[in-house]
Amino acid sequence: MLRQASRLLARGPILAARPRPFSTDLPAAQSADATFTEAWAKVIPNMDPPKTPLSFMQPRPPTPSSIPSKLTVNFVLPYASELATKEVDMVIVPATTGQMGVLPGHVATIAELKPGVLSVHEGNEVTKYFVSSGFVFIHANSFADIIAVEAVPLDQLDANLVQKGLADFTSKLSSATTDLEKAEAQIGIDVHSALNSALTG
Amino acid sequence: MAMAALRREGRRFAPLISPRPITAVRSSPIAPSHQDEGPIGVRYISTQVVRNRMKSVKNIQKITKAMKMVAASKLRAVQTKAENSRGLWQPFTALLGDLPSVDVKKSVVVTISSDKGLCGGINSTSVKMSKGIHKLNSGPEKETKYVILGEKAKAQLIRDSKKDIQLIITELQKNPLNYTQVSVLADEILKNVEFDALRIVFNKFHSVVSFVPTVSTVLSPEIVEREAESGGKLGDLDNYEVEGGETKGEILQNLAEFQFSCVMFNAVLENACSEQGARMSAMDSSSRNAGDMLDRLTLTYNRTRQASITTELIEIISGASALEG
Repeated sequence: MLRQASRLLARGPILAARPRPFSTDLPAAQSADATFTEAWAKVIPNMDPPKTPLSFMQPRPPTPSSIPSKLTVNFVLPYASELATKEVDMVIVPATTGQMGVLPGHVATIAELKPGVLSVHEGNEVTKYFVSSGFVFIHANSFADIIAVEAVPLDQLDANLVQKGLADFTSKLSSATTDLEKAEAQIGIDVHSALNSALTG
Repeated sequence: MAMAALRREGRRFAPLISPRPITAVRSSPIAPSHQDEGPIGVRYISTQVVRNRMKSVKNIQKITKAMKMVAASKLRAVQTKAENSRGLWQPFTALLGDLPSVDVKKSVVVTISSDKGLCGGINSTSVKMSKGIHKLNSGPEKETKYVILGEKAKAQLIRDSKKDIQLIITELQKNPLNYTQVSVLADEILKNVEFDALRIVFNKFHSVVSFVPTVSTVLSPEIVEREAESGGKLGDLDNYEVEGGETKGEILQNLAEFQFSCVMFNAVLENACSEQGARMSAMDSSSRNAGDMLDRLTLTYNRTRQASITTELIEIISGASALEG
């Protein structure tokens, strides 16, 4: 059993290493670390300084001079990386200002997301997710990072439960007394109506 | 006094012949009251004592082996979660960069440690790093405070830095770790602690035998603006259009809070993995040590046993030969 355990453990890190391998001390990462390591060495000479996140991630490519043909999307959730450096044609994100379409060469943007439908268009296929909320960063080099707290594919949503939830929260709003309760009920209504329109529209 | 000791043990007094004294036993913090001194320096250890020791060492070995198995299974469970959460902090670092050497007035060090012990040296490493960062960021007009997660760091830091501790949170792993719990935690910290920069110290899990102490820096929105204006690392931040909200500041505030909760989630999971891995290797070396000790005690036991048999035989034979001749 111990042998199996060690085999499983040995397999684990290698499998996960493929989407984001640990690359230690890339040349781009040195500059931030250098000031820190020097300052550390002066004050605490006996210990090695702690590592910083920059040494654990691959650097992003610089902005190309011409607009690339594909958009590279990273769609991450706390529990999984749904899409990791996937090349797609377009994504439509539910920003607070409305549905926003992102194509390669989009201007660099930071946008907050509201509950709604995220669709990923690759060739002829479209994948739709309902996201609860989060952020989207669009970089100048046609990389899009979408970070959401919860995302489910649309076919996993149950219409009856959505209706029930909407009714619940509407009644809660009418019976709410404090501001906090009102705010919570309002959030519930927003999410459920967005769910409703996602299922119908 | 020797006679009284012997009577107590109920053993025969050793004859004039001295068998080789049993001094080869290295592991003998065996109480002197159990060692009998014969007239010519013969020493006997009661076999009962050695047998008791062997039993307890064997039990210890079983317990540490079981603890290692438990830690291995817990590690498997948390490891998948931790690896899936690794993508969470990377977009933030890609956007905002990583500035551990940023110069701020109020920094808060969030030290993540375990609640239970017997996990090797990882908690001491985290505490040493936190103290190092505290020292690094000390100076005129600068102050560093601690927020502690976990009993072990609390025990170590409360001794000398009691006045700098702002918040202590324990029993994190009572329920399996999830994002909701961590975001509530992050909310608490953000509400109660004023900061310009948050430095999260944890052990990043590389493999079952390797844990790297890491510090992640999260800046408050004002500092982000300041760094963006002064150029350098965050200089391109101004090029980003900010959609939605009334002001850019509001979005940056939300962004900083979201970043903190995401980075905390990953840090807590990685630290949990490192804790289980460290416990596995600590318990493994403990079982191996117990096994070695058991071997040595077995040799002692056999030697003692054989010596007493030899002594009996000698007595009988010498007694018989005295009668004859």
